[in-house]
Amino acid sequence: MADPMRIRANMTGDKVEVKVLMSHEMETGLRKDAQGKIIPAHFIRNVTVTHGGKTVLSAQWGTSVSRNPFLHFRFKGGKPGDKVTISWADNKGDKRTDEATIAGG
Amino acid sequence: MRIHRVLAGVLTAMLPCFAPAQQDTLKEIERYRQLLQDGNPAELYEARGEELWKRGRGPKNASLERCDLGLGPGVVKGAYVRLPRYFADTDRVQDLESRLVTCMVTLQGFTTEEAKRNPFSGTGVPMLTTDPFSGVGQRSVMTDLVAWIASESRGMKIAPSMSHPKERLAYQAGENLFYYRAGPYDFGCVTCHGEEGKRIRLQNLPRMANAKDAQRAFGTWPGYRVSEGELRSMQWRMWECVRQMRFPELEFASDASIALITYLAKKAEGGTLDAPAIKR
Repeated sequence: MADPMRIRANMTGDKVEVKVLMSHEMETGLRKDAQGKIIPAHFIRNVTVTHGGKTVLSAQWGTSVSRNPFLHFRFKGGKPGDKVTISWADNKGDKRTDEATIAGG
Repeated sequence: MRIHRVLAGVLTAMLPCFAPAQQDTLKEIERYRQLLQDGNPAELYEARGEELWKRGRGPKNASLERCDLGLGPGVVKGAYVRLPRYFADTDRVQDLESRLVTCMVTLQGFTTEEAKRNPFSGTGVPMLTTDPFSGVGQRSVMTDLVAWIASESRGMKIAPSMSHPKERLAYQAGENLFYYRAGPYDFGCVTCHGEEGKRIRLQNLPRMANAKDAQRAFGTWPGYRVSEGELRSMQWRMWECVRQMRFPELEFASDASIALITYLAKKAEGGTLDAPAIKR
């Protein structure tokens, strides 16, 4: 089970500003270990953000995204007290879903 | 001859604009650092560290919640900015990491070797995989704990204790080590950190005799290294500098490492802790 994400969701004007830190190795599959063996690729493939049952962000990631990814975006239609749900799934079948409450501006 | 003179003329003409260009570069680097501030993955390490502090571990299945970091058993807030300091129970000066080793041994029942194993999290950088501390994708309990404990002193003034004779002795030893030059390159800490305005590639090198430089340098460790994707502690910083100087390996939590940290902490006295920071 992966570590929890750190999520901050704040109102900025009429938009919700979301900042997410995910804990993930994001191995590219191109590196070798001390024995010279290739370290298998391990990376987040899909990221989905929902608000009120509606998908507000959907992303397909690859190996070019850094380790411990930081995601920052804004969306319209949210208000303080609403919940934002973020989930990711990686290429090894591991997944994680976390939730945050939108704070006032 | 003529070409030389023309060239010299061109060079002289270019000189005045060189200094501002460098300043712009520094400003841009500073701006880049500011942008990074927002999403510092050190937060992930801090969260794990807090959980590890409270979780029962080791043969005694005990937590570290009664660990005395200098301000009394279990007091974490403000402990980091007062280290290294003298501890009566071990009769030595200790920094945070060597103190955590002591606590893991006395409270949790680990052997010293077990407590010192894997002090630094893995880089996965092939260049570093021969060192005994890191392995690919390896997590370090020590690093996580350090991240959380340092974060509990964020914004506080760096104020190492200098009242005990052994603390002053550690400072003296640290100063000697700082100015000691040796090895195949005849290097010493002072080679890189003894002059104003030096840098390696784009990284400014702090001059440790200058309080402002020392405060900024000391106050931003531990830090998350973006280029390595890892959080790095003060012990790691010492260990890495010593490695880069081609010295014999600096033993983790050794008296020499603690002496160096004590010296730097004293130089940075009065500065504000802004750690865990985010770095290149």
